[in-house]
Amino acid sequence: MQFLSYLVNGVSLGSIYAVIALGYTMVYGIARMLNFAHGDIIMVGGYVAFIVMTDLGLPALAAILAAMLACTLLGILIERLAYRPLRAAPSLAVLITAIGVSYLLQNLALLIWGSAPRSFTSVVTLKPLRFFDGQLVITGEAVVSILVSAVIMVVLNLFVNKTKMGHAMQAVSEDRGAAQLMGINVNATITLTFAIGSGLAAVAGVLLCSAYPSLQPTTGAMPGIKAFTAAVFGGIGSIPGAMVGGVLLGIIEILGKAYISTQLADAIVFAVLIVVLLVRPTGLLGKKTNEKV
Amino acid sequence: MKKFLCLALALVLALSLAACGGSASSAPAASTPAAGSTDAGTPSASGSAIKIGGIGPVTGGAAVYGIAVQNGAQLAVDEINAMGGIQFEFNFQDDEHDAEKAINAYNNLKDWGMQVLMGTVTSTPCIAVVAESSADNIFQLTPSGSAEDCIAPDNAFRVCFSDPEQGTLSADYIAGNSLAAKVAVIYDSSDAYSVGIHDAFVAEAKVKGLEIVADEAFTADNKTDFTVQVQKAKDAGAELVFLPIYYNEASLILTQADKSGYKPLFFGCDGLDGLVAVENFDTALAEGVMLMTPFTAAGTDEKTATFVKNFKAAYGEDPNQFAADAYDAIYAIKAAIEKAGVTAEMSASDICDALKGAFTQITVDGLTGSGITWDAKGAPTKTPAVYVIKDGVYVAA
Repeated sequence: MQFLSYLVNGVSLGSIYAVIALGYTMVYGIARMLNFAHGDIIMVGGYVAFIVMTDLGLPALAAILAAMLACTLLGILIERLAYRPLRAAPSLAVLITAIGVSYLLQNLALLIWGSAPRSFTSVVTLKPLRFFDGQLVITGEAVVSILVSAVIMVVLNLFVNKTKMGHAMQAVSEDRGAAQLMGINVNATITLTFAIGSGLAAVAGVLLCSAYPSLQPTTGAMPGIKAFTAAVFGGIGSIPGAMVGGVLLGIIEILGKAYISTQLADAIVFAVLIVVLLVRPTGLLGKKTNEKV
Repeated sequence: MKKFLCLALALVLALSLAACGGSASSAPAASTPAAGSTDAGTPSASGSAIKIGGIGPVTGGAAVYGIAVQNGAQLAVDEINAMGGIQFEFNFQDDEHDAEKAINAYNNLKDWGMQVLMGTVTSTPCIAVVAESSADNIFQLTPSGSAEDCIAPDNAFRVCFSDPEQGTLSADYIAGNSLAAKVAVIYDSSDAYSVGIHDAFVAEAKVKGLEIVADEAFTADNKTDFTVQVQKAKDAGAELVFLPIYYNEASLILTQADKSGYKPLFFGCDGLDGLVAVENFDTALAEGVMLMTPFTAAGTDEKTATFVKNFKAAYGEDPNQFAADAYDAIYAIKAAIEKAGVTAEMSASDICDALKGAFTQITVDGLTGSGITWDAKGAPTKTPAVYVIKDGVYVAA
């Protein structure tokens, strides 16, 4: 029973990692860059939702939509101002810029919202499900996180494989130059990717803050790093890979805490990552010539 | 591409290390001086006022403490300056609860001409700063740095209890009042404050016959998900969960315990003070939480009531224990200065030598205890009180 309860918590935490990892993996697949500001976009999403819900008193749905809208716009803005001018620059320059954007967002949040932690009101109204006389409790947040991430994964996969824009994304990820020759607007495609990734970050932010209701300017930093690990773990560039990587990472973290040591959880997670990368350098589902979207 | 990925991973590792500082890793530099030099506004020439420096987190995750100390000390300084007689000039610098930034703040204050240091607020930075102040022979009185090492050198004194004292007193209280037989502890193994209380608590619990059924740690990098720690405490049948941690993590533990249907008695130390002040926090979750803290704004004695009234008028909120510690710290410094006959013309080192002796002779009737005395090691003697949170306010237990 304990094991089941740990497993559910692990899958629930992993689903949140997975939604964040989707943003990393999509941007990497198409723009070939690691967007380290992704974790901080999550935090911005959390704050926007908090303001709409708590300060303006609007319903949770409005908060989620507002957060998604704000993060999508923010993602597009960041791409335009910080990343697009560097499109032809060496990847290291872009990486450093991304880290710079990450710190910029954290510090702006500190200036605007201050450093005192805020307690986020959960958007999930579902009561915890109790089984076996309350020995196994599944929180509403866990159920919603798992469902939402599964739905996002399926929809995203359909979008990439069935729609025209999705095909454009695949083409850009395979060969940017050739895609341009075929009449695909590469810049617009990359912007679209950032928009989708950042919109997902808003969802992840709301889920994260609902499950762990403490909102600070650094809220997104650690989950961002974990989700990036998840994306690499599953095979960066692969959408199912991000999902698998995220969920596995969550499970390993929670089970590691439960059965090995609560202090060594992070060490265990990263040790597993190293082992996986030694055996499969492209990650669990990454293939060298696979379509990378 | 593989090389690039390697590089990126190495960077992530470096970043995650940088993130160890937690919320401390980033704050606008501009806010530091702005939050700093709010001196008493006395018209007197700076030559006749004794310069007291303060250090604490005004931004970052522990900002509640730093701001409280800054405001509490400022209130005391203003009162003392208004009385005439000894004049103080007060300069408070931000350290974001980060040891390195605390040293920077300390150096800034030295450049400013600090003669006495009232700080730092939190333990980890305090241990770093006390090494510097001891080398420079500058008198240091920490209002709330409760780790043993905060007052290790002979130039350092403190107003609050030490971490081990809090752990021992907590175990004594729990056993003495038969609050529970089976106890779980959840603590932060990466934080000196938490480890100090934890170790003493576990040792004393054994002596008093309390059974520790779950002893679970977490670290600064993994402090949002407590489902495992809560589950273990629940499965072990703990009737009481001891939380020698700060309020932000405690608020998450309370939420997660509530969701998993676990309702033990929660007991914490002064780090929990501030819990009900978290913006938008559902105080129903804190109902029945017990904490051992020497001060509460709900106190009815005249001294406390006046302090609370003045503090509220000046800063628009109720003072917490840290504000009271800082207020007492300034008055203790004043008492020692009068005792030793220190003047503003003396050098910081001479003042330090004079105050070291004077502090063991004074008795201060403060907000955090009446008749507080200090021993030569720098530790205070006073009696703690235990409170229960009811409807979002502290009630004497």
